[in-house]
Amino acid sequence: MEKVKVYGKPELIPFVLGNCPGCSHGLVQKLLAEVIDEMGIAGNFIGIGGVGCGMATFAMMDVDGIGAAHGPALALATGLKHALFEKPIIVTAQGDGDCAAIGMGYLINAAVRAERLTCIMVNNGNYGTTGGQLAPTTLIGQVTTTSPKGRDPKWFGHPVHVPEILANIKGVAYCARTALNSPANYTRTKRYVKTAIQKQIDDVGFSFVEILAVCPPDWHMKPLQALEFLEEKTMAEFPLGEFKNVDYID
Amino acid sequence: MVVRAVEEEKMLVQGNEAIGWGALAAGCLHFYGYPITPQNEVIEWFARELPERGGRFVQGESEAAVMNMLLGAAMAGVRVVTSTSSVGFDLMQESLSHAAAAQLPCVIVNVQRGGPGGGSTQHSQMDYLQVTRGGGNGGYKNIVLAPSSVQETSDLMQLAFYLADKWRSPIIVLTDAIVGQTAEILQRKVLDFGPLPDKDWALRGKAQQKEGKRNLAMCAPSRQSPVITDFLSSTWLLAIKELGEKWEQMEKTEVRYETYKIDDARLIVVAFGYVARISKKAVDMARSEGLKVGLLRPITLWPFPYEVIRDKARRGCKFVVAEDNLGQMLWDVRYAVEGKTDVGFVGILDRHSNSPGGMILPDRVLAEAKKMLGV
Repeated sequence: MEKVKVYGKPELIPFVLGNCPGCSHGLVQKLLAEVIDEMGIAGNFIGIGGVGCGMATFAMMDVDGIGAAHGPALALATGLKHALFEKPIIVTAQGDGDCAAIGMGYLINAAVRAERLTCIMVNNGNYGTTGGQLAPTTLIGQVTTTSPKGRDPKWFGHPVHVPEILANIKGVAYCARTALNSPANYTRTKRYVKTAIQKQIDDVGFSFVEILAVCPPDWHMKPLQALEFLEEKTMAEFPLGEFKNVDYID
Repeated sequence: MVVRAVEEEKMLVQGNEAIGWGALAAGCLHFYGYPITPQNEVIEWFARELPERGGRFVQGESEAAVMNMLLGAAMAGVRVVTSTSSVGFDLMQESLSHAAAAQLPCVIVNVQRGGPGGGSTQHSQMDYLQVTRGGGNGGYKNIVLAPSSVQETSDLMQLAFYLADKWRSPIIVLTDAIVGQTAEILQRKVLDFGPLPDKDWALRGKAQQKEGKRNLAMCAPSRQSPVITDFLSSTWLLAIKELGEKWEQMEKTEVRYETYKIDDARLIVVAFGYVARISKKAVDMARSEGLKVGLLRPITLWPFPYEVIRDKARRGCKFVVAEDNLGQMLWDVRYAVEGKTDVGFVGILDRHSNSPGGMILPDRVLAEAKKMLGV
């Protein structure tokens, strides 16, 4: 009987990953490598990692890769895209702090300009790399090292819903939220990411996918506990789905 | 250097427009910018002229964003430029440090205005220390070119692109509102500074690379390596060493300055930008009174022409530093003379008026020179 490979490490990932046990970032990287491979775009692809745990996403993938400063990955991507007269497909992989706190201005303005770029925001509800501080996405009551008594909306505000904001911007072709909590949602995430990249290829406008993720060490949970928290708490705050999906912007 | 006059055209243009003509002569087709006085003529020039020539103009949402756009374009290996003024230049410091660390060729023009803070929208030379010492973190170096006329603005823009590619480094062109907004005759010409290495490190998608091998660009000191663990650990200090050696070479080989009547001078005025032109007038006035005064005009503010000043100081020559600030280049001249001679100073407090439009005029430079000479 002929052997068919049904599961394994994508060929675009030749390096050893160094993620924490149970971390979603390895899964995000694997998913993106599969998408790039299945879409046949590896040769024309440039990936930009923001500062944080997502930095290694493309740096350790066999595609042209960039490590940006903290926040402005989409500004850098804008310069790169125009410099090459829109030829390459450019995707940023950023954390929720990188994208929605220090990078929010760059994100909104790239969307307003309808840059033909795709942003993947991995939302693990805290600053993972620096040891688990409060992020704009941290849940109400969630304990972090800078909200030791839990997030109090009186002082810290409420968790920010990024794709819902982007859906109101005309230059956005596609925005969605998904989660990496089950094989079904892994498949959904791949579908969303492919759609987002296709919008860029089709010259429609800006595209964005938020991926809900876990951070077991900084959440002080075992990997399975973290997944349960994601399903019970995070997904209750942040609904999954597509918030905007248009084929042209007039 | 080969000079090729592509168009025999002479034009009456502002220094700010000469930035555009110089960039165009250097084959630059990419400008990203943000409005700020007194350099708005620059961003408007590129918005008007570049798209017509197949280039790209992007107006960013801030100078911080713009400088990151420059990083992106530089990573793609294209010639790219931005222009700003003082407070806007502040906002670029983080990514300027990144450009130096990642060795990305790009050109940044600072048309200085008054400071500190919001300062004024009119001329000054108050950013000298910021541009020459590296305004961002980490102690990086970049060449600073300081034109003092419209023609030189265009010529030094071309040199800036050449040096950026030669050294894989950001280059700063430092002008001010007077150089930028004065209209003079510009002879359009293309300057050829010689061959440059291939940009085989540029990112365009790995199918565009030799043998389809991927490239990696990190906004940190890193050796060309596809393995991130290398960048994070084992080769970091080697990358710092490479950068240090490069900056040392730049310092040794790229010093540029202009002299005027210094051979027999007993006193030399050191000035750059618009104040150098005023000081030249002061030198002529001194000479007409029989005083042996000359002018030294640094064209590169970093690397600074220490050697020529040191040599003259050792022979007993006195100095006057004239600059439109409270005393910044003064420290470089004091360092150069090693305490062996006196250094006088004409600064922003010697302007003819208290308004932001006040200027240092030749008579004040002449008065300081006479005081130093004891006449």
